[in-house]
This record gives sequence, C-alpha cells and structure tokens, in this order.
Amino acid sequence: MKWGVIVFPGSNCDRDAYDVLGRVFGQDVRFIWHKETELGDVDGILLPGGFSYGDYLRSGAIARFSPVMNEVIAFANKGGIVIGICNGFQMLTESGLLPGALRQNHSLRFICQDQPVRVERTDTRFTNACTPQQVLRIPIAHHEGSYFLAEDELKRLEDRNGVLFRYCSLSGDVDAESNPNGSVNNIAGIINEGGNVLGMMPHPERRCDALIVHDDGRAIFESVIDQFVNA
Amino acid sequence: MTQDPFSGQTPTPMPSDPPVDRELAHAHQLTDDEYDQVIELLGGREPTFTELGVYSVMWSEHASYKNSILQLKTLPRSGGKLLVAAGEENAGLVDIGDGLAVAFKVESHNHPSAVEPYQGAATGVGGILRDVFTMGARPIACLNSLRFGPPEDDRVRYLVDGVVRGIGDYGNCVGIPTVGGEVYFDEAYRGNPLVNAMAVGIVEHDKVLKATAGTEPGNPVIYIGSRTGRDGIHGATFASEELSEESKSRKSNVQVGDPFTEKLLLEATLELGDTDALVGIQDMGAAGLTCSSCEMAGKDGAGIFLDLDKVPRREEGMTPYEVLLSESQERMLVVAKRGREQEVFDIVRRWDLQAVEVGFVTNDGRMRASADGQLVLDIPVDTLVLGGGAPQYVREVEEPAPAPALSVTEPQDFRNATLQLLASSNVASKRHVYRQYDHMVGASTRLEPGRGDAALVRVAGTNKVLSIAIDCNGRQLSLNPREGARQAVAESCRNVACTGAQPLGITNCLNFGNPYKPKMYWTFVEAVGGMGEACRAFGTPVTGGNVSFYNENPSGAVFPTPVIGVVGLAEDASKTIGMGFTREGDAIFLLGPDRAGWAGSEWQNITEGSPSGELTPIDLELEAKLQEFLIKSINCGWISAAHDLSDGGLVVSLCEMALTSPNRSIGALLEREEDVTASWLFAEGPSRVVVTVSPMVIDEFEEAVEAAGLPIEWIGTTGGKGVGFRGVFSVSFDEMADAYDNGLERALGLKPNA
Repeated sequence: MKWGVIVFPGSNCDRDAYDVLGRVFGQDVRFIWHKETELGDVDGILLPGGFSYGDYLRSGAIARFSPVMNEVIAFANKGGIVIGICNGFQMLTESGLLPGALRQNHSLRFICQDQPVRVERTDTRFTNACTPQQVLRIPIAHHEGSYFLAEDELKRLEDRNGVLFRYCSLSGDVDAESNPNGSVNNIAGIINEGGNVLGMMPHPERRCDALIVHDDGRAIFESVIDQFVNA
Repeated sequence: MTQDPFSGQTPTPMPSDPPVDRELAHAHQLTDDEYDQVIELLGGREPTFTELGVYSVMWSEHASYKNSILQLKTLPRSGGKLLVAAGEENAGLVDIGDGLAVAFKVESHNHPSAVEPYQGAATGVGGILRDVFTMGARPIACLNSLRFGPPEDDRVRYLVDGVVRGIGDYGNCVGIPTVGGEVYFDEAYRGNPLVNAMAVGIVEHDKVLKATAGTEPGNPVIYIGSRTGRDGIHGATFASEELSEESKSRKSNVQVGDPFTEKLLLEATLELGDTDALVGIQDMGAAGLTCSSCEMAGKDGAGIFLDLDKVPRREEGMTPYEVLLSESQERMLVVAKRGREQEVFDIVRRWDLQAVEVGFVTNDGRMRASADGQLVLDIPVDTLVLGGGAPQYVREVEEPAPAPALSVTEPQDFRNATLQLLASSNVASKRHVYRQYDHMVGASTRLEPGRGDAALVRVAGTNKVLSIAIDCNGRQLSLNPREGARQAVAESCRNVACTGAQPLGITNCLNFGNPYKPKMYWTFVEAVGGMGEACRAFGTPVTGGNVSFYNENPSGAVFPTPVIGVVGLAEDASKTIGMGFTREGDAIFLLGPDRAGWAGSEWQNITEGSPSGELTPIDLELEAKLQEFLIKSINCGWISAAHDLSDGGLVVSLCEMALTSPNRSIGALLEREEDVTASWLFAEGPSRVVVTVSPMVIDEFEEAVEAAGLPIEWIGTTGGKGVGFRGVFSVSFDEMADAYDNGLERALGLKPNA
C-alpha cells in the first residue's frame, strides 16, 4: 500500500507512524507537509499524534484549517482510507469526518499508560485480523481524550455499530473503573459510516515491535494492509 | 553589514542608563575586587550600564562556575569513548559505534521552580533539550531528578503539582519521552525544591554542530526562534543567590516557555545540521544573547559585532541592557558561512520561525554591540568566558562536626515494616508522576518507568539500546559527603549494569548550599573528591553537567545532592532485562557482600525523621567487579531479572520485582538457614543486587560467580502469591499493591489513581 503521513507543525508521532508503516510493515510511505495542496498517489492517509499548532485554541482545531486538510477531507469523502490517531482523531472530529469531540480527561491531567481496549467489531477493514471481543493493550497518551457525543447522536453512533474500540479491563470488562478519561460509553475509537475513516485515541503505532514492550498494535495495521492487498 | 561603523570608538551610556558606580556593581552581585577587575580589563574606564549587566551575568556563579571550576577540573573528564572533553560543548558527547554518538547532560532549574514551579520546571526541560539539539543531536529521552519537602505540606503539594505538570506539558508537546527519574521527599528540601532535568540525544559523528563563531570575519550572525521579551532578565544572577522571602518578587526572573516553538526550533536546527551552511550554533539559555554570543566568539578567539536594533522584540522600548540579558526561551544564535545565509533563512522560515541577521563575526577578539545609533558595549571576549578572564576561586573550607551517632529502632514486626516501607513516599510507586509524562512517544522505550533500575531506549536503525539512570541519595551525603558521592556514582552505574548495559559516562548536577560558607564548601570539595574516585574506579568519565549553589534559605541548606546521570550502551537490545520476575521456578540470589547498616536508610528516615550514623563504606573494586559480572551474565542470558538493593533494603527490592512481574502473577518464596534478621531484611548497604536465574543455567552461573570472586547467597525461588519468608512472614500481592500503588497519592492527599 502507498501511505502518506501528514506532518503538521507540532506533530510528534509522525516519525513513529512512518517507521512502523515503512520498517515494520514494509509499506511505501512518505511524509506530506501540511502546506501541500495535493496528496499525490496514496491509498491511505495517517494523521499522526502530537500537538499540531501547539494545540492552541483547542486540540486539532487549527490543523483542521491547514491547506492539506481540505485534500484529506476530499480523499476521505471519495472512500480513501484515513486513520487519525490521538491528535489525528481530534482533527477528524474537528473537521467533521467523524462525530463528537474530545474533551479534557476527567482527572484534568495528562495520562500516559498501556491501556486495554476491547475490539467491538471484527468485520471492518481496521479490525478483521482481530478476534471478537479481543482485548488489545494499546497505550494512551493525552490530556484531551475524553470522547463526548450528545445523547441522540451517541445513540445513532451505537446503533450503526460505529464504535470500534472501548476502554476495558485486562479481562475485557467495560465499566467505569476501566475508563481512564471519562469517555462516554468508554469509547476509545470509532469509524465513519463508510467504514473508511478510523479515529482512535490509543496509539497502535507504539506497540508494533515486540522489542518495545509488546506488539498488540500490529493487528490494526495488519487488518488494513492485508485487506487492501487481498482486495 | 560587515564593517563596524563605530570602529575606534568607545561605548557611551544610553540616555536612560542609571549612573554606574560601586553601589550599582554590588547590586549586580559583583564584589569590590571583581568590580576593580572589570575596570582594569576595560583599560581603566568605568563600564557602561549595559557592560555592567553583561559582566554581572557572565561572572555569576551560574555562568562562570567561578567557585566550582577548579574542583570540577579534578574529575576525570576525558578518555573512554568521549568525543569532546567535558565543558567544551553544550553537552557531553560519547561514541556508541556505527558512526553514531550520544549527547547528554543534566541541568538544574531549582530557583525558578521554587518561585514559579510550572514555568520553572517547564523551561528547565526546554533548556536541557536545546543543549542537546544545539549539538545537532535529536533528543530521544528526558529524565529528571526531583526533591521536595514533606508531602503533607500544602506548599510542597503545590510545588509537586506544578513541577510535574510543567515537565509533562513541555516534554509531551515537544514529543520527547520522559523515560525515568527519581522523586524524593525530605524535610531538607522544604524551602528549596530541586528540579534537575536531563536530556539524551543521538547524532551522527559528521553532523555534530559546534558552538563557535569560527575565525572568518564577516560571517553573518543570525538570530532564530522566538522574539525577545523582558522575561528572565538576570535569571542567571538569581540562580546565584540564596532564596529568601524576597525571592517571591523574583517571579519576573523566571522565563516562560513555549514547547510548540521549541519543537519547531528543534526540527529547524536539525535540518540546518543537514546542510553545511553553518559555522556554528549556540542556544540562548542562561544570560541569553550575551552568553551565546560571547561563548561562540570566545571558542576560537574571534569577536562579534551585534546590531541590537535588529533583534526581534516582543515588547516596545527595551533597552540594550534588557535585550542582551533577556532569557526569553526558544531562541538560537547561528553563525553561517557568508553567501549561505539564504539557505538558513529558508529552512527556518519554512518552520514559521524568525530568522534575522543581527551581526557579524570580527577578528578583534571583542564583543561589541550598538543600539539606537551608538556603541553601547565593547568588552574583550576572553574576559567574559570560562577559562578566560572570568574569576576562579578556591573558597575557604572548614570541616563541620561529624554526623550524629546512629539512632535507630529496628523493626520488630517485619510484615508491617514491609508495608510501611512500600507505602513510604520515597519508595512507593511514582506512577502518579510518570503517568503525566508521555514516556513512550518515539516508540523506542523498551523499559518504561518503574519497570527496571534504568530506562532502556532503542537507538533507531540499530540493534543498540541506551540504558539511562539518574540517582543520588542526599541523606547519605549529609552523613559523609565523600562516601555518599562514591555511592551515588556506584548506584547510578549499577542501575545501568542491572539492565545489561555498559556505563559509558556520567553527567552530574551538583546541588549544594552557599559556597561562601566554609562548611558548605568543605562538603562540596569532599563530594567532588568522592565522585572522582568512583568515576576513576569504574572508568566512567564525567562528560559535563552543572553546578547549582545557593540552594539555601533562612531555615538551612538542602542535603548535599550531587545528582548523577549515567548513560550506558547495550549492543543487542533483545538481551537487556528489567527487574520484574519473568518465570516461576527461577532461583533467586543475593549478589554482593552481606554488609548493611541503618545509617541514612529509608527505615531510619520513616521512623526517626533524620539521618544519623556512619555509612557502610563501599569497596569500589568489588563494585566494579560486580557490575562487570552483571553485564556479562545478562548478555549471556543467564540472568532473567535484576534489581539493586536501595531504599528499604532487600525486602523492598523483592516486592518490587514481584510487583513488576507479568500481570503481578509471580511472587517469591524465600528461605535462609541463618537467622532472618531485621538488618538482613531492611538495612541498606552498597554493591548488592538481587538476580533471578533459570534452573537450566544455574551451574554455569554459579561457576562464573565463583570465578569472579563475588559473594553470593541463594535465597529462594520465584513463585507464589506474594513475597514470603518461610516460617517468618509474608505479604500478599493485594497488600503489597495497596501500599505501593497508593502510597504516594495518599501522602500527597490525592485520590487513588489520580
């Protein structure tokens, strides 16, 4: 697959994403500068984590207006594969590609930890390599990661099975105790109706190499890449 | 501009300048002798107000090391794999093979953090990161060493909260993982918290950037980064005095950081390093534009002329004095090759940063600056910099009274003592702290905080991994500075060895009281002496660091706290290990001498409240053998987990190894033929490590121990639902976890899991 990793000023997980796609999965990957107005020939776009534009104003709020985001929005609307991780997820909600908003963690503190999440669906292009209800340990590292959606919209999201990952305990229990940041319904990651846009707060790119603690994050990239290659 | 328009002229006061006299010099913390020296160095004339400010900051303790440099020179500062001698560049630089080098340094930001904890700590991180990327190195890890007063104190809680948020917000935003560190609480730090930040970066040998203006006159001096404001003026001088009630009014001496700009500056600097358009680069840290320009000019004997009107400002009406002394953050000074400046502008502006030519290199060995159409500064550069004309002193020493005689009540109830120690804020899990730091960004942190004796961070593109530790036990130094410093170096290096990595070099941050007090200076000299002895014994040169004096307030000085940062290397990342038990049925051994005492121990601390007694001395030769053995046997695959004995002694180490086993599933079943005494369980002594060994390789392991001539004792087997000593006492996983996981939050009055 051909991948583009967008580099905003203040992105700081761009190199990690690039390294995982290129070195670990052998993908054709390049950086795309935020001032570019064309994405070029790519099959997938990754919006990386970090503090785009310093996260001033509101996380992801300024990035949404950068030249390249218009192209990303058009690409997504044509069915292109877009993955937004952490700050990238915030950009996806800010730009309307995904519903909801990411608010401050309930603790009002930054939280960085390995975090169990439960895979809610395995029939998507992002999770087909997972087993139903599988628990993956994928780290979170954010201050604004509390997913919020008004009740009626939340119902719509749940009804269309838009939730892909929920925060849970190591044994897979989804409850208040296993919710690290106060997200509604323990939501950690969602997809759009077209099934081509994924936004998630946890960082799968940090867990793709067994030498670096463990490699639970591989399943997500493997799902996307294998399905694309075999399609 | 490449010609000095004021050639031959001497500087004149600005209309707004106050008259310069001896009293004003005193207010700038220059002594009578020093002021006389300034006049002499200026050829007999009084300095202008601007010049007085420049001498004041450049001769401050913080910038000149005037009371420490002669002691620091006694440390081993070259050899091994060092690529530059200590103090030559912004950070130490050590070869790690394959054309790569590691740059690292630790620095204090104690005074700013005492009055404004959030910004003080944040800018401490920013400053140390710049020291590393100024050398062309990409930072890959941060660590920090923090000391606070008792956690029950409201002011202390405010400081802890602010410092941790400041470190987190800055490092998290720049995107450098904070992978390790230490946090200690003691009465001795109530008025004077210590905030020491360390950064580690990787650079290719041929891309190392130097802090020089070169020797080519006419080369452009380019200012890049944030605009200059009035923040942090006299920060360096502020750091060179004791804290007092008035210190709160020093808030305006504290700089304000912007990590987003730092991230842009980092990327721009590294891109500049990929060109060959630069002669040199230096960050504007303490003493701002003054220090960076003087240091660059002083390096190879050039001069610099600055047109201060060109310096980008954040505020109207700033005087030359203010522009030169501002410590506004996220700024760099670059000397480019003439004709290549456009490349520099293009790269820097692509990152939406300022890049302005503000002066040029000269060959007259002088620092000259103009503003508003007049010359305001003309000083021989070598009189300003370390190793040149800046003063160097050896102060008076007086040996203080010996430490008080040992006072301790040995624990009777071992189970309770274990839980008390695990819950002590000095021993308990620091999860509350490191959870607020992104310790994984970079996707290279192999051993995360709380998982081993040192952090492990992979070197991208190789199989290598760096092992990094930072450590110091001030209580021990308060009892015996020489012995305590030897043990501080030993423990930091041992921490690195316990992961299977070879220590390469150390960086130090020497936090002491007022050097003009003879007893304090004696302590400083002793500690530096002990540090040198240990560094020589382990072959680990001191690559650089920082001295922070005046950590003192009306109620007294901090414990002497020479924080030691160590960077080690393992060639094969897959061989390195952590401290958690990995399998049931492994043999547990205690390596090292059966010598421990209560002096300066955590048990003494929690029961008596202050240290007393004589330290158990370290045998440096035995320690070196122990570390060599650990590194070898870990790389042979014999040892599955290793953890040194530190605060709280043997039992605490065993509990921590159980608590860091996978899903907290592997305990320890311990037994001993000899009596299980309180001292064996909880007292502390150097050169001791718990290791676990698979039964499959136990014969080879024991043979190697014998060949190395190391004392060893088999103490049990991994497994079980807690840590238990047969027939004596045991603690369950739930009990350990409750004490260890929540101890710090409880002490700080926070909700569990906060």
